Amino acid sequence: MNMARVFIAAAAFASCFAAQAAQPLLEFDDAAQEARYHALIEELRCMVCQNQNVADSSAPLAEDLRKRTYEMIRNGDTDRQIFQFMTDRYGDFVLYRPPFKASTAFLWLAPAIFLALAAWFCWFLSRRRVAAGRLTAEQRARARRMLDE
Amino acid sequence: MSMMANALRQPRFLIPLILFVTVVGFFAAGMRLDSTLVPSPLIGKAAPRIDLPVLNAEGRRFVSDTMKGRPWILNVWASWCAACLEEHDLLIAMKNEMDMPIVGLNYKDAGEDARNWLARLGDPYLLTAVDAQGSQALDWGVYGVPETFVIDAEGLVRFKHVGPLTEKVLAEEIAPLMGGHG
Repeated sequence: MNMARVFIAAAAFASCFAAQAAQPLLEFDDAAQEARYHALIEELRCMVCQNQNVADSSAPLAEDLRKRTYEMIRNGDTDRQIFQFMTDRYGDFVLYRPPFKASTAFLWLAPAIFLALAAWFCWFLSRRRVAAGRLTAEQRARARRMLDE
Repeated sequence: MSMMANALRQPRFLIPLILFVTVVGFFAAGMRLDSTLVPSPLIGKAAPRIDLPVLNAEGRRFVSDTMKGRPWILNVWASWCAACLEEHDLLIAMKNEMDMPIVGLNYKDAGEDARNWLARLGDPYLLTAVDAQGSQALDWGVYGVPETFVIDAEGLVRFKHVGPLTEKVLAEEIAPLMGGHG
């Protein structure tokens, strides 16, 4: 038997366990439930490493929140209930898509406001340029004289 | 015509400079904010119930309902937490000088390590509740140890501090909440 083959097989076998150690295998009733689980942990922010979501983070707290999300799904809780559970404890900040309300209004509206400002600015500039390109009657007459000469 | 004179005559040349200064101003202010400090949704709400075994007291449990009627402090700590060491002397001073009990919440720690820590550094707590799994801390929205909560006599959370306590936080935030219990 070829030694290299044995080695590759062993490495592949070992890598299976490595993958399992990172994310324990979870049991779900069906594929839809599993998809819900993955969608939920994608939407939750890891409070420890704030630019990662709960799905990607290896922080112990993210692990706890994954576990809690899993338990709540298995327990029959709705997505709404799970998000409520998280915001009751960590605030809207835990959601990557916080609800629209007074404190988050600027966050949601800022892109539209800046887009509108930029559009207005472009329109304003182009109008000035057109105006600058227009000649007064006197300038026009002078230009005509110069062209006629 | 010099550029300066031109700029003064036609203020629109100053627009990029003004925009630049404004943006720098926002960035400077943003850098001073600590994004790790997230306001707790628990402020003003009823403190989550704690029911946990007590460290160093076989069979005894701490139930937070028993604290009703007086303000108290919940301090989340662990022996593996370096920042907890930073605030420890202040906690000891608070225990000696303030008439407000401090309950410790030992977070994801080994019992032996926690006991050694208190024996070595002194015990500022009325008692320490053991949250080995961190499940009750999750109800309090704990995301970084140490964290400190002030709970009033009615059982409402009045204040939360993330990170080691300082003299400044104690004087400016916690002391005003004690209302005659200081």
